[in-house]
Amino acid sequence: MRWAGCFRRRRRVVSAACGLTGFHIETGGRVSAQGTWDDYACEGFYDELMQGPGAPRSGCEALAADLDALGPGELAARQQAAEASIKEMGITFTVYSEEGGMIDRTWPFDVIPRVIPEPEWRRVEAGLKQRVQALNLFIDDLYHDQRIVADKVFPKSVLEKSVNFRPQCVGVDPPLGIWAHICGSDLVRDRDGTIYVLEDNLRVPSGVSYMLENRLVTKRVLPELFEHYAPLPVDDYPSQLFDTLAALSPRPAEYPEVVVLTPGIYNSAYFEHAYLAQQMGAELVEGRDLFVADDDCCWMRTVDGPARVDVIYRRIDDLFLDPEAFHPDSILGVPGLLRAWKAGNVALANAPGAGVADDKVVYAFVPEIIKYYLDQEPIIPNVPTYRCMEPEALDYVVEHIAELVVKPANESGGYGMIVGPAATQAERSKFVQLVKKDPRNYIAQPTLGISTVPTIVKRALEPRHVDLRPFILSADRQSVTMGGLTRVALRKGSLVVNSSQGGGSKDTWIIPEGAGEQSQVEAQAQAQTQSQAQG
Amino acid sequence: MLSRVAENLYWLARYVERAEDTARIVTVNANLLLDLPKGVAPGWRPLVDITGANALFEEHYKDYGERQVVRFLLGDERHAGSIVTALAAARENCRTIRDIVPREFWEQINGLHLFAAGELQKGLAKTGRHAYLRELVLRCQTLAGLLDGTMLHDQGFEFLRLGRYLERADMTTRIADVQSANLLPAADEGRPYDNIQWVSVLKSMTAYQMYRRSEQIRVQRGPVLRFIFKHPSFPRSVRWCIEHARIGLERLPRNEASLREVGRTARLLDGTDLPALSQAELHQFVDDVQLGIAALHGEIAATWFPPPLAMDAAA
Repeated sequence: MRWAGCFRRRRRVVSAACGLTGFHIETGGRVSAQGTWDDYACEGFYDELMQGPGAPRSGCEALAADLDALGPGELAARQQAAEASIKEMGITFTVYSEEGGMIDRTWPFDVIPRVIPEPEWRRVEAGLKQRVQALNLFIDDLYHDQRIVADKVFPKSVLEKSVNFRPQCVGVDPPLGIWAHICGSDLVRDRDGTIYVLEDNLRVPSGVSYMLENRLVTKRVLPELFEHYAPLPVDDYPSQLFDTLAALSPRPAEYPEVVVLTPGIYNSAYFEHAYLAQQMGAELVEGRDLFVADDDCCWMRTVDGPARVDVIYRRIDDLFLDPEAFHPDSILGVPGLLRAWKAGNVALANAPGAGVADDKVVYAFVPEIIKYYLDQEPIIPNVPTYRCMEPEALDYVVEHIAELVVKPANESGGYGMIVGPAATQAERSKFVQLVKKDPRNYIAQPTLGISTVPTIVKRALEPRHVDLRPFILSADRQSVTMGGLTRVALRKGSLVVNSSQGGGSKDTWIIPEGAGEQSQVEAQAQAQTQSQAQG
Repeated sequence: MLSRVAENLYWLARYVERAEDTARIVTVNANLLLDLPKGVAPGWRPLVDITGANALFEEHYKDYGERQVVRFLLGDERHAGSIVTALAAARENCRTIRDIVPREFWEQINGLHLFAAGELQKGLAKTGRHAYLRELVLRCQTLAGLLDGTMLHDQGFEFLRLGRYLERADMTTRIADVQSANLLPAADEGRPYDNIQWVSVLKSMTAYQMYRRSEQIRVQRGPVLRFIFKHPSFPRSVRWCIEHARIGLERLPRNEASLREVGRTARLLDGTDLPALSQAELHQFVDDVQLGIAALHGEIAATWFPPPLAMDAAA
């Protein structure tokens, strides 16, 4: 598999005559998805819209035709309009500059939506609920009886090595027995069309505000397509999040005081923290706005004096949450917060310690975890994963390292890993030594051919790789965002979707069956024919 | 309302007021110097004296020349009271409370900060200075007008006003203190050019026209001091600022200690016969008023703001 430079042809995809009144209608009202798509070079990967050059996937014909009908000039204009509204709406993310300062960058966005048919999505949705339900049972078990370890389904050695296991949380009973209330799982689609879970983020997953804002922008700049396909709405999320959080309140009789706890303005996700607080009508607080009093309750400093806080949606990592319990020099957290949480006087979402289940070695056991707690087969598969702690797997990894991606258990952001096909022989041998020395700390996966979606590049459409991060909420009931955040690697051939490294995002459309079966252009052509007939 | 938000609003207003007041004193001084012959003119040093940042200034500049002082007051990033730094601080304070202030306000303050920093070179040059400073003052006034006309007049609004009035009162006392020290041989009133300098004191507060309307006597020390410290309806007089701080405080909960401080300063102002004070006594009086303002700030912070970060406390 090639990680870069995988497109043989590199022609600009500009068709000569494709405006709304262009040749399509002249050819007798029959619209084919040609023109824009003829040179669309999506071979070698699964493209979410096109089967091959000029051939849309079944169910996507109308969208392909409509995009073609808009034409490259108009699409580029819509893209510009989108960028202008993103600026105007102040949608930003923060990056650290090389000089050490902070820059608020506008959010990179591509107007061409990523489409998923509703029946396929419903299966994914069921799979995500199943997965998170099992993970919550798993976390709760680890902090109580550790039955799964006693039953030898999950190795004690992995638990012992986990850096996200918090001994401080042993024996705690969080409300409803739920630990990971908000989970963001990353999904990718391989060459053959199979959707896999790549990882689960159970600590402080971010990105949902961009999902919501992307939708607003798309409604502004592609209103006619939007109306035509009626993708299922995503705007429910803030109220669902509020309901999820409110369900955790230790004082169910009262109207709960829910707050969003942010590390502050310099955090890269600050925009999201402020956005969600505003959308939920909750206070956005920093650590120094809160204090835990002698009554073990958490209070917020207000102009009117202290106000009791019931639920904290915390966007601060475990270790900075409470200097009394974790890092003593953290100034982001609230001294005594863990004490208040253990006493059941304030709910924390996600619960401290939930991150124990988002570790790459634990990931490798999720299929077993689902089977153990739910007695079900996983609905969405894991990427096939070799656990180097198992001798046969280790042998395989050592032998096939040139084809594999090998990752350490507890690093994120691509640190400490090796991409076999892209590495030199020397790098591979060095890495083999590392793995052999500490096999328990590594997993290996085949390199995936991640799917693509048409993306505007200058004035043409080219395939770019995407992933998908849906968000799963769990409290008294579970809900999943309708679709999620589609992240796209804007650089040609790149698989890096991270916004700080040249990644962007797209709106994600879950399309009900039969929606937009007729292309808009076709409909217009028909209307024209009819009016001519009447005239 | 969160205590931290109240604090941000308060400082936001103080920084904007500081930028505006600084723009005014630089404008007036530039005009004044054109009217005075060399040798009589006090030069630019008094402006740094007003800010009280002489030590910092002397650390970085050789002398109190025009170029140096103007750069220090307008654009020196090391000086927390320079216009550009104050506006950057105002913007930072506003950033975390964007949902509290009207959106237009955020856009304006953002634009004002970009203008002040971006056009700084114009402000430093003699020819562009007047236009640059006038634009700054106008834009600061726009900010005040936007808040007054579009923001909820709720608790947050009171903190904005408190910040503005305390900063303004403080600045008025500083201007009076420094400028009068330069000109006040009490015995010998009416030296040449004294008149023109008292006029410039008034002008630093945009008070000249209002003084004329209100006092209807010629510009001289006693009435000017009375006007800028005690006038009940001139909005830059110390008494007016203190009275309006009191009105704001009345609308806030748990205000007893702060009201006591306000009352103390009001009584001090009301009970002092300013024209009768010698220069030394005036200086002492100004000190007392400033201590009163500082004590009021201390009470406001202790009652409504979050406790300082451990880091700040150490610094």
